[in-house]
Amino acid sequence: MENEKAASRDLFPGALEMMILESLRRQPAHGYALVQHIQQRSNDLLQVEEGSLYPALQRLLKSKLVTAEWTVSSATNRRVRIYQITKAGLRHLEREISAFDRMLDGIQMVLGPERGIEHS
Amino acid sequence: MSWWDQFARVRHLDRDLSEELQEHIEERTEQLMRLEHLSRADARKAALVAFGNPSLVEQRSREVWQWRTLDSMLADVRLALRRLRKSPGFAFTILLTLAIGIGANTAVFSVVDSVLLKPLPYPDSDRLVSLWLRAPGAGIADFADGLMMSPSMFLVFSEHNRSFESMGIWSPRTANVTGLAQPEEVHTIVVSDGVLQSLGVAPAIGRWFSQADQEPHGAKTIILSYGYWQRRFGGDPEVIGRSIQVDSQAREIVGVMPRGFRVVDRDFDIVVPLAPERTIQDGPPFGYFGVARLKRGITINQADADVTTLLPIWMNSWRFGHYFAVWRIAPDFRSLKKQVIGQVGSILWVVMATVGLVMLLASVNVANLLLVRADSRQQELSIRAALGAGRARIARELLTESLVLGLLGGGLSTGVASGGLTLLTALGPAQLPRLSEVSLDGRSTLFTLFLSIFSALFFGSIPAIKYAYTEASDALSGSNRTSSSSRTQNRSRNVLVITQVAMALVLLVSSALMIRTFIALRNVNPGFSDPTHVQTMRTSIPSSMVPDERMATRVENDILDRLSAIPDVTAVGFAASVPLDGVDADWNQLQVEGRDYNINKPQMWLYDYVSPGYFRAMGIHLVAGRDFNWTDNYDLRHKMIVSESFARAEWGSAANAIGKHARQSNRNPWDEVIGVVADVHQHGVDEKAPTIIYWPVLMIIPYIPQTTIGAERNVTFAIHSKRAGTENFLSQVRRAVSSVNPNLPVAGARTMQEVYAQSLQRQSFTLVMLAIAAAMALALGIVGIYGVISYSVSQRTREIGIRMALGAQKGGVKWMFVRSALTLTVVGVGIGLATAAALTQFMRTLLFGVHPLDPVAFIAVPVVLVLAATLASYLPAARAAAINAVDALKAQ
Repeated sequence: MENEKAASRDLFPGALEMMILESLRRQPAHGYALVQHIQQRSNDLLQVEEGSLYPALQRLLKSKLVTAEWTVSSATNRRVRIYQITKAGLRHLEREISAFDRMLDGIQMVLGPERGIEHS
Repeated sequence: MSWWDQFARVRHLDRDLSEELQEHIEERTEQLMRLEHLSRADARKAALVAFGNPSLVEQRSREVWQWRTLDSMLADVRLALRRLRKSPGFAFTILLTLAIGIGANTAVFSVVDSVLLKPLPYPDSDRLVSLWLRAPGAGIADFADGLMMSPSMFLVFSEHNRSFESMGIWSPRTANVTGLAQPEEVHTIVVSDGVLQSLGVAPAIGRWFSQADQEPHGAKTIILSYGYWQRRFGGDPEVIGRSIQVDSQAREIVGVMPRGFRVVDRDFDIVVPLAPERTIQDGPPFGYFGVARLKRGITINQADADVTTLLPIWMNSWRFGHYFAVWRIAPDFRSLKKQVIGQVGSILWVVMATVGLVMLLASVNVANLLLVRADSRQQELSIRAALGAGRARIARELLTESLVLGLLGGGLSTGVASGGLTLLTALGPAQLPRLSEVSLDGRSTLFTLFLSIFSALFFGSIPAIKYAYTEASDALSGSNRTSSSSRTQNRSRNVLVITQVAMALVLLVSSALMIRTFIALRNVNPGFSDPTHVQTMRTSIPSSMVPDERMATRVENDILDRLSAIPDVTAVGFAASVPLDGVDADWNQLQVEGRDYNINKPQMWLYDYVSPGYFRAMGIHLVAGRDFNWTDNYDLRHKMIVSESFARAEWGSAANAIGKHARQSNRNPWDEVIGVVADVHQHGVDEKAPTIIYWPVLMIIPYIPQTTIGAERNVTFAIHSKRAGTENFLSQVRRAVSSVNPNLPVAGARTMQEVYAQSLQRQSFTLVMLAIAAAMALALGIVGIYGVISYSVSQRTREIGIRMALGAQKGGVKWMFVRSALTLTVVGVGIGLATAAALTQFMRTLLFGVHPLDPVAFIAVPVVLVLAATLASYLPAARAAAINAVDALKAQ
């Protein structure tokens, strides 16, 4: 019960996964780098609790949308776990994005043309 | 993916995750130190805030891979196990109680299941019936089971019936097998055509009997049992076609029956064809078991009706057939299973109910212990409830603990069960049918599992229900230093103690009734005396070996003389049947001189054929007159000896009977009564001593028109000696017999004491089982009372301190606790008495000389229980009285 509350506090279900996959599509990264990347790209608008990234990563691992591998980071010289998107992950991302776009269009139409025009 | 791979992967995942999370926090910390110039401690704090709760994250991540409910269930199990490890005494007591309780139940269940519940080991066994008849007009009170079949009935019924696929008659016998090794008496079964076909079990090798084998002058054949084949022929398959000497008759082996095959309830060595002669049949003898296989869709009642129409045909077909019209014979067929189980059913159900009660008692005790434990955790549980743990969550945890206990106990119980089964089969009545089929099988295991879970839910639900519904605020405010134990806390424990006392009372009363039965049986004078010094053994002289009747008796006479010559032998005799051996030599009617039998038909009496000296050897008191002598036998004098009850009934007294006359039928000359002997409990001390008419072993056969001499060829010797029963003595007996004829076997060597003990086995077995159960019940009950009182003492320490400080006397404090225990006991006794009065009615068939509501048992047992309860409560009460008021108030 509590975990759903935490996850849906500021994002809809699947949003975090989508952003992770999109980040990984550009470049494989480890968890910390992913957080950094998402925060920077969103201009810190999305205040995601950093920890919540990891359960999402495990879900993606389980559905074989990403793979993970331990390597030694050149920057810190410590062992880090690098995530990489799979082919299935790419397909999944495509589908999710188009579905998300359709959903966003729908929401915008409901919210009214003025706001939609103003925004675009 | 295998279970282990999954497991290993989860372990791996755990390590990866925590390292990954640590790395993340570390990297963030370093960044904050670098960019914001924070100290390491502050940076780490900020990093953690940004990250959230690492262990929560870790758990959520792990849950992605897991089945969550199962995992938290496993956690509950782990917690329960850890808790049990921490209180080994508590765990040990509960597990031992459960192991014994469940184990005893599993053992008894296996027996009940194999004997009573499983179908007989024949194909489609529900279509098998046992052929018995009723003969209310026969005047034989002792035909308790009914009238058996005769060969002439078999011939008529099998030819004309429309209800049976096949039917046949059979009878257990013994035979001498010679020419293999030492002469040996073997158990044979004579079967008519149709018996093996009805049972429907194919031979392991060879074939069944053919039609030709069942012709009186056809081929002489036999079929071996698996055991005899292994024992005598080493399982040699070439045995088919070989011949062996059975009662000096060469017979060809045509088949071997498979392992475990029995003819209805009998083990045997050899099956012999009955081959009844059609031309010389009479109505009687009614001495054969009948078995038949019903056609599909035919019920037993339909078969009864069918055969009823055949009885007139039977009476028309044979000489004297119409005589039996007055017997009013009617079919009384019953399922074969009923015959096999016999009286054992009632014993087994009593034993099952008994161990069931013990299990209930054990569960109650465990529930009580769990309640006490849950009480001590009340604060913890209340705090958890206050912090938001749901009722279901708390109940689940308590139930998980009980389930863990139940399953562990069930696991341990398998050891107890296999031990108990060994004990049960060793102690069990020898006539317990289907004993060879008893084993701990899948059904028993399933039963154990079921019982473990069921009992766990039972004893676990009591504390679970109780504590799941505790209002957090009540417990938090109630159970602390100012209070004594609350009323609600005690109520469930009190109910449990009352239940325990009631159940213990039921078991104690039942075993007291059995003890009284046993004493009553021991006090019955069996009619014979000094049984420990009477050696019995059987031998038989087949007519194929000694054709002449006189000669056969002469051989027996020689054996008797040789036996008398053994040192320390004081008396020897033999008889067709000896007391309690389960053999009835004969039944027939008797006409007393001077009575008119035109209106009342003469009654049937039990006959026995006895040698001179038999009464003295068996220790049967000669009340009046004299014993037979050998001249009476060889000169075929018409002499008889009657039992005392007959003499009194017919002639007023034993002395009056001497010189009086009686005969078997109008066609016979009168026989003179020369002696009267004491009544003997021929069929067991729990049955009324039957009237017995004794005849010489060699006499003119009365019911054959031509004068034919008949000798008793299957006889049991009774040898009175102080060395009876010793190996040395038995080998002297065997030498004496083989010195007369080396082909004669000695079989069934037992002392009368052994025969006597075996006849009481049904009662002694029930007694032992009930006594064990009652002892367990009493012990559990005492522990229960002791537990409740000592727990209440520990809970009320402060209260006692206050009472003592205010001037309460030690005696008063003691009495307060003893009184509360006695109140519970008395209530329990009251409930128990009512229950026992109802339940002991079911034991009626097992009791002898004792009323089911025997006042001694119903008064003595409550007294014992009350005394035990007093003692059990006195110990903790004394501890309470020894409390020092100041210490008690300072404590906690």
